[in-house]
Amino acid sequence: MPDCRILGGLVIDPASGVHTARDVVVRSGRIAAVTEPQGVPPGLDDVDASGCWVVPGLIDMHVHLREPGYEYKETVETGTRAAVAGGFTAVACMANTNPVNDNAAVTALIRDRARRAGLARVYPIGALSKGLQGVALAEIGEMHEAGIVAVSDDGRPIVSGGLMRRALEYTSMFGIPVIVHEQDEEIAADGVMHDGAVAARLGLRGIPAAAEESMIARDIALLERTGGRLHIAHLSTAGAVALVRAAKARGLPVTAEVTPHHFTLTDQAVAGYDTDAKMNPPLRSARDVEAVRQGLADGTIDVIATDHAPHHADEKNVEFDAAANGIVGLETALPLALEMAREAGLSADVLIAALSTNPARVLRVTGGTLGVGAVADVTVLDPQRTWVVQPERMRSKSRNTPFAGRTMTGQAVVTMVGGHVVWRAATGSVTPRPLEDA
Amino acid sequence: MAFAHAHLLGLEGLEREDLTFLLDTAASFKEISERDIKKVPTLRGKTVVSVFYEASTRTRTSFEIAAKRMSADFVSLTASASSATKGETLLDTARNLAAMRPDAIILRHNASGAPHFLAARLDCPIINAGDGSHEHPTQALLDALTIREHKGRVEGLTVAIVGDILHSRVARSNLFSLRTLGATVRLVGPPTLVPPEFRAWAEVTHDLREGVRDADVVMMLRIQLERQGKNFFPSTDEYARYFGLNERALAAAKPDVIIMHPGPMNRGIEIASEVADGPYSVIMEQVTNGIAVRMAVLYLLASGGREPEPSTPAGSAPGAGETAPIRGARRSG
Repeated sequence: MPDCRILGGLVIDPASGVHTARDVVVRSGRIAAVTEPQGVPPGLDDVDASGCWVVPGLIDMHVHLREPGYEYKETVETGTRAAVAGGFTAVACMANTNPVNDNAAVTALIRDRARRAGLARVYPIGALSKGLQGVALAEIGEMHEAGIVAVSDDGRPIVSGGLMRRALEYTSMFGIPVIVHEQDEEIAADGVMHDGAVAARLGLRGIPAAAEESMIARDIALLERTGGRLHIAHLSTAGAVALVRAAKARGLPVTAEVTPHHFTLTDQAVAGYDTDAKMNPPLRSARDVEAVRQGLADGTIDVIATDHAPHHADEKNVEFDAAANGIVGLETALPLALEMAREAGLSADVLIAALSTNPARVLRVTGGTLGVGAVADVTVLDPQRTWVVQPERMRSKSRNTPFAGRTMTGQAVVTMVGGHVVWRAATGSVTPRPLEDA
Repeated sequence: MAFAHAHLLGLEGLEREDLTFLLDTAASFKEISERDIKKVPTLRGKTVVSVFYEASTRTRTSFEIAAKRMSADFVSLTASASSATKGETLLDTARNLAAMRPDAIILRHNASGAPHFLAARLDCPIINAGDGSHEHPTQALLDALTIREHKGRVEGLTVAIVGDILHSRVARSNLFSLRTLGATVRLVGPPTLVPPEFRAWAEVTHDLREGVRDADVVMMLRIQLERQGKNFFPSTDEYARYFGLNERALAAAKPDVIIMHPGPMNRGIEIASEVADGPYSVIMEQVTNGIAVRMAVLYLLASGGREPEPSTPAGSAPGAGETAPIRGARRSG
């Protein structure tokens, strides 16, 4: 593969503590050097990063790629197209496929599809329980050998505290995190949005913040003696932030993520019964949005992850109660994160850590750094470039976004995986890596 | 003035002038139902379709009588007879109906927001006949009309709404309209059924006697018996003990209080028969006013975008009398 240089950009690499103008030299798919700016004009194979940030490739540790089983919503190929267009060099995909990724054969199939697609790296997350039924542990060891990086029944909370205890204990043997969708289904009842004034006014059943917080409290209590690592998916409430903050202060091995929609939107977005604002956990109050932003700023929340949840238009073009939960997120996450950082006064270093360094650390995967010798997974982003979200032009197979028509500031101009440029915004082109390098 | 809305989805957000205009129009239609021949040609040649995804005798019948007294053709579908059981989506069902060019679709649906969903997608007036726990606008309009007839006004009155506020579309529509019309609303029920969010819009109490104290109007809501299985209250007996309206509880209200109920009543649970059938009860007047309100709503929404008549003196309601112009004919002529 051709060597290349990424010239004239502002390198922000929290893992190596670099935040300054640097040229990056890529050779044989790895970072060969990070040098003082040479001021040389870019050659044909080089990337002109002037005016841009050069950051370790973004990693989205929470996506739904829908393959196998729900290819009408998304495939590994279309999902990773969306990923690289959004600046992500790697994604971790949840197990709620059909069949469920609760065995090594499905794990291997997903990895094979990803290799053939040749775009973003794909890290499968195995089911915690067989068939996502919440009863018996899946064959976690076999899936781990096949390449899973975590276990999760995402979409379904682990109702049984006993199962949760054993999952934390058992996974400690493999060093992989247990990723949890925290919601007490009894408290949530059959809620469809955040429990608050908007729900009261709209006559929609509410999901109280306590549904999320009580489960987090339970799992943190378990973690005191189980071993293992707990990762809270899409944390959404002020109380949840406080629980994680306190647990971290006690030194417990807990990490947490927040989605762009939970730090951008409130339950007001549901006001017109907009089914693209229906998700689980639901969009919360302004106070919760403030708290998750604060949680990112002070390190309580480690990761920004999208919960990219593609759904067919027919699954959203129905009455609110009947609509599917979730939105696509890969192609809008970066500008929403930049916007939030500007509003909340979050430093670029904290932001890039949440989008790259920290997810790599939580999942213990390659990437997350531009240190010399690291794989050349690099995102070159223009923090000033403005564009308008046009769902019909998204690379994802699905269009379910509440951000249609919104003007975004910030875009990935080049996404590089293993030294190969797989996305170039200037031409809008997605170019797979050659199969032998994928 | 005119009613500047294409649909009637809810009362939230309607201006006071809109509500007053609807009530005035309804009042002018009341006389038609007092006649020997209860039919005017106002909506002759118009087609009204009602689609009910929930069982309802009273509301559906009331709409049907209202439409027929206006000479509209009325077609009624219920969920069991419709395509819902064949797996057709709400939107497809409604699109098919709209393709038959009705002049209004009346929708009752178990999902909050269902009529809003259709209104955004169909080129046909949608009348909400009750959506989930959200709104039931014609019920609240007939309630306001009944209150106004008895009290001469709505502004300045104290109205207590008692029961399952959480799940009640009647409560929400009344809360929105009564507040807009200048009344003070009190919500009364157990904390499980009156969430604290409502304190932003109304006085909230969990004590029935406190709630009805000095009230001008007491509006009782039907308690859904299946709620006791979900622990909203332990038993209907205990519910009746704390929130059932009887003469003793009523003693704290104003001497000229009126008692309302949207029906159907659970006698002996939320309302004692002595109260339901007593001198303060206006429950049957509510039912009568329901016809006038629905005639007014159909007239304003289904008559094809014509300017309504300026408000007419009593006895010469739009369409009243043999000499009243047939509006469609006038427009085309």
